[in-house]
Amino acid sequence: MSHEDAVKVNGGGGEGKGSASFSNALTPDADFEIKVGLSRMLQGGVIMDVTSADEARIAEDAGAVAVMALERVPADIRKEGGVARMASVERIVSIQEAVTIPTMAKARIGHFQEARVLEELGVDFIDESEVLTPADNEHHIDKTMFRVPFVCGARSLGEVLRRIAEGAALIRTKGEAGTGDVSEAVRHLRLIHRELGALKAAGREELLAQAKHLAAPFDLVRQVWEQGKLPVPNFAAGGVATPADAALVMSLGAESVFVGSGIFKSEEPARTAAAIVKATARYQEAPIVVEACREAGDAMRGIAVDQVAPEAQLQTRGW
Amino acid sequence: MPEDRALAVGVLALQGASAAHIAAFDELGVRARPVRSRPELEGLSHLVIPGGESTTIHHLLELFDLRQAIIDRYNDGQLALFGTCAGAILLGIDAGEAPPRFGLLDAILNRNAYGRQIDSFSKILPLPALGTELRCVFIRAPKVRRVGSGAQVLAWDGDDPILLRGSGLLAATFHPELSGDPSIHAYFLEPALWNSVRSCPARGVSIETEAPNRHVIAGQ
Repeated sequence: MSHEDAVKVNGGGGEGKGSASFSNALTPDADFEIKVGLSRMLQGGVIMDVTSADEARIAEDAGAVAVMALERVPADIRKEGGVARMASVERIVSIQEAVTIPTMAKARIGHFQEARVLEELGVDFIDESEVLTPADNEHHIDKTMFRVPFVCGARSLGEVLRRIAEGAALIRTKGEAGTGDVSEAVRHLRLIHRELGALKAAGREELLAQAKHLAAPFDLVRQVWEQGKLPVPNFAAGGVATPADAALVMSLGAESVFVGSGIFKSEEPARTAAAIVKATARYQEAPIVVEACREAGDAMRGIAVDQVAPEAQLQTRGW
Repeated sequence: MPEDRALAVGVLALQGASAAHIAAFDELGVRARPVRSRPELEGLSHLVIPGGESTTIHHLLELFDLRQAIIDRYNDGQLALFGTCAGAILLGIDAGEAPPRFGLLDAILNRNAYGRQIDSFSKILPLPALGTELRCVFIRAPKVRRVGSGAQVLAWDGDDPILLRGSGLLAATFHPELSGDPSIHAYFLEPALWNSVRSCPARGVSIETEAPNRHVIAGQ
């Protein structure tokens, strides 16, 4: 994909109304603020992957701020293979009905019809996720066409800004989902902060070159440069398996934590879930993290990222 | 608030949009500090309980032994409380749904009363008590079902109370911290917040003359 394409991102969905695409990201219009508002309400929390109403209730009781409804957790997708799609409607509805906290659900990258189904079901947040098998290898969903907010994964500042330009109201730094290895989440959190620092340090005359380098829309690059921060929160995801992992990504600037396989692939999900919530809320205090580590069940065994073949990596999906 | 106590503002920062509140106080030239533990509660005259997930915030308040400490300090007349959205829900009286409430503000608030996230909205509404208007953002917002005589409605959206006060208490069903205007935060810091409450005319919600489960409010 060329840089020229990158500054004309229109997403894949919608019905010929692509010209409206940038408005949300570039002007603090009311709808976008409402979407980002929910992202802010989730700060300092843990969002847990669940595949059933029972798991959703365990997550809510443990103090989760939201649940993510999906058909299989990433560790199982990795193990079993096959095409990973949006969860079944029955499963999503049963999870929605089981809890009072927000329900998120995953749609495949570019699959705006799955997203429409999820919006119609009243899901509170859609995750356009690389954990599922992409439906479009070139385009993400035009998220400005939806009233429901979207979260998207990113590995670099350019990817963050492209997703925001498409209308994402929340970013999650991609780790390598389903491994229980936090190293990729750490790498990408550090990279995004480093790139943000470089952008902030740039002179005004360097902004067009920055936009070209980042393959992101110029106006959005300038907005981040002027404000010194991203217009949406950035959470961490992928490979978080222990309370100490959660405290680590929070210390590196993540504003909340998504935990996928780490809870319901652990030995005692309810204990692990509560312990990760505890460590996330007060990650700055070692004695609290120690308590949380004591209280957690045994972590998932996991698989080190360097044992995952490049073609089996999920994080490289999306651009 | 007793006159001799210095202003010391905290924002509960266990979960939720605490940073936006701290930024709102910054605009007023007031340095608010994040509160996550009992020691950080010491010496505060004002505490904000922010928007977030009320079930999570309740869970963490219990876990870190803060819930009763906050209630006690309020009842001793030492700590004014301002709840937004989830925080407002917690300040109210038990509503027959999780999570348990503090029972301080003489009003019943029900969670997620407008529906799901796609039913979230914002609109410009008048705040007659503050002599201004504000763009009010409602996110999975609660609704006030009942107001007792210990609470006063300061602003409405149609028939729905959206801003209430009790003695030493302020509660918004929306998010003043996202409006870009710190007027309500300034109102929270006024000593007059501790004045006793005038009852207000009924409109839509049922107004009870005798408050159920009413707590003794110090400073009256």
